[in-house]
Amino acid sequence: MTSGTGVENTERGVSEVDTAHELDLYRQMLLIRRFEERVYLLYLQGEIPGTLHQSQGQEAVAVGVCDVLQRTDWITSTHRPHGHALAKGVDLRAAMAELFGKATGCCGGKGGSMHLGDPSVGMLPAIAIVGGGNTVVTGLGLAFKLMRTDQVAVCFFGDGASNEGAFHEGLNFAAVQHLPIVFACENNLYGASTPFHETSLVPDVATRAAAYGVRGEIVDGMDVLAAREAAGRAVAEARAGDGPSLLEFKTYRFAGHSRGDVRGYRSRDEEADWKERDPIVRLRERLALTLDEGILDETDTQVEAALDEAVEFARQSPLPRPEDALTGAYATVIGREATP
Amino acid sequence: MTVAAGPANGERRLTIAEALREAIAEEMRHDEKVFLIGEDVGVPGGFGGAFGVYLGLTEEFGHDRIIDTPISEKAIAGAAIGAALMGMRPIPDLQYADFLFECMDELVNQAAKMRYMSNGKLSVPMVLRCPVGTANRGAQHGQCPESYFVHVPGLKVVCVSDAYHAKGLLKSAVRDDDPVLFFEHKLLYGSKGREQAGGMDLTAHVPEEEYFFPIGKAVVKRAGTSVTVVATQMSLYRALAAAEELAHDGIECEVIDPLTLLPLDEETIFASVRKTGRLVIAHEDTLTGGWGAELAARVAEECLYSLQAPIRRAASHDVPLPVAPVMEQTVVPSQARIKAAIQRCCEG
Repeated sequence: MTSGTGVENTERGVSEVDTAHELDLYRQMLLIRRFEERVYLLYLQGEIPGTLHQSQGQEAVAVGVCDVLQRTDWITSTHRPHGHALAKGVDLRAAMAELFGKATGCCGGKGGSMHLGDPSVGMLPAIAIVGGGNTVVTGLGLAFKLMRTDQVAVCFFGDGASNEGAFHEGLNFAAVQHLPIVFACENNLYGASTPFHETSLVPDVATRAAAYGVRGEIVDGMDVLAAREAAGRAVAEARAGDGPSLLEFKTYRFAGHSRGDVRGYRSRDEEADWKERDPIVRLRERLALTLDEGILDETDTQVEAALDEAVEFARQSPLPRPEDALTGAYATVIGREATP
Repeated sequence: MTVAAGPANGERRLTIAEALREAIAEEMRHDEKVFLIGEDVGVPGGFGGAFGVYLGLTEEFGHDRIIDTPISEKAIAGAAIGAALMGMRPIPDLQYADFLFECMDELVNQAAKMRYMSNGKLSVPMVLRCPVGTANRGAQHGQCPESYFVHVPGLKVVCVSDAYHAKGLLKSAVRDDDPVLFFEHKLLYGSKGREQAGGMDLTAHVPEEEYFFPIGKAVVKRAGTSVTVVATQMSLYRALAAAEELAHDGIECEVIDPLTLLPLDEETIFASVRKTGRLVIAHEDTLTGGWGAELAARVAEECLYSLQAPIRRAASHDVPLPVAPVMEQTVVPSQARIKAAIQRCCEG
């Protein structure tokens, strides 16, 4: 959620986070975690159609990055967009209803899980083509530059996208045009089932920044405060006119790639190692040093209540009208429109 | 039905290249959100774009609005789409329509679908200019790929043949809120020092005063009663020449330039077919799956009982383009081939 805490970026860095702010980061990550768990269950129970790509484990990246963005800044997202959407401020009920395929969804039921987004909070419909956002985001940055606004665009993408031509064309173009963009790579080690190290002789995506003359940085993607700090610097630089940067967040998705993935391509030991670094557990432990456990438990309860309410809203919402499927492809319709 | 007016004496005549340049300059003066982006579009001492359309524009508008790019079609298209999503009105340029295949994801998956996926909250107002057509450049610099895009809901596809409509349609396309692919034939630009289309006069009347020509509207280039011929670009001019020859045999062709291929002006075309009872379609795009096939299907659905003979098509043969002129002319629909198709249609 774009922060309402009044925290401001300093010129080249990012301000300290107080306990109340940390609690808010905790709440946001927990909301994403519980959202993913809920929607997966609802999917298995047949209430949510289509497919799902869950992001449990990667919450610190979405929340840390979006925390340093303004509402007027924009993000592009991927086929795994639930966390980005909630972190950027897409309404929880509208996001849930979209997954249910309801008329009240943030895309009216036309987008679904893989195209969650809402322009009113600065999120394009998520782009579910691997690398698809890496070129489109340059246009967002170019528009901000041409219109002389101080907006910034963030492109979320995965390690898999870094082997797409779009990654290279987008990064190079953003670099030569000095565009206000942060390329935020969520390296969760696997492109679907294929390990990143089998697809690249370069172990770190961030080192590819050097090829394009932009700043590259490896960040602990399992630590929301580290993610926030790195993103804060990159966003401040972009906003100040210093051009784009490439942040590589080392992270891990606890669930499978998509529904029905039993994760046979990786070991349970590896999974256990990464779960030791669970960003939500880490922040909760840190908060427990200064806060009463009761406050943390209350946050958990609030998150569950918000989700209960969102699910109920989605359930009660009307379906789209079937004929609405045939409109909306064009801003200006010329000639006959399709009829059922 | 609109019948294009013939030129009057003393009127101002421009080439397509000049008309396009004028349209772009007018729209850039009208709206500061309009900008050009592409390879070699504004380099000082450069070409003014691959076909000279942009000559002089950088001097007036500066490099902020005439943006030279790396040879990165995906980035050019992506940058244009993203900027359009933010409210700008970009005119991206890829030099050759053959290079559209470099950025099919951006065009088909992003530009065409963002409005729909966002439930109407976003739009992509951009005009992608695409030079097409054989000119002894071979298999990868001479295709007419417009039919690929006619198949994509969310895009609009314009295909111009003369300076008057090129200017009026480009101005309409820039102000349209949807992504428009704007196909121009390389042999019809009339750029100085460039190939001309076999000695044809490549100028047309273009009024001094501002005008727009609507997207989705066809024009009847030649009125007739015997047979309807729908043709674009070089095929249009070959069809018009064939029509003059056939008039000596008593065959009066009604020749229509559809100008917009998506959406098609069914009203004008169907009215003509119902009058003549015969239809020939000519295009330089290849035959199989070409836009002529879609038009033939629609006429068969809506006007079958008006038809007195089978629909005939004259299109490029289903092979890649060769370079040797004698072979190239075998592949593209020549005037003789279009004439033969019309004659065959009129036999039944």
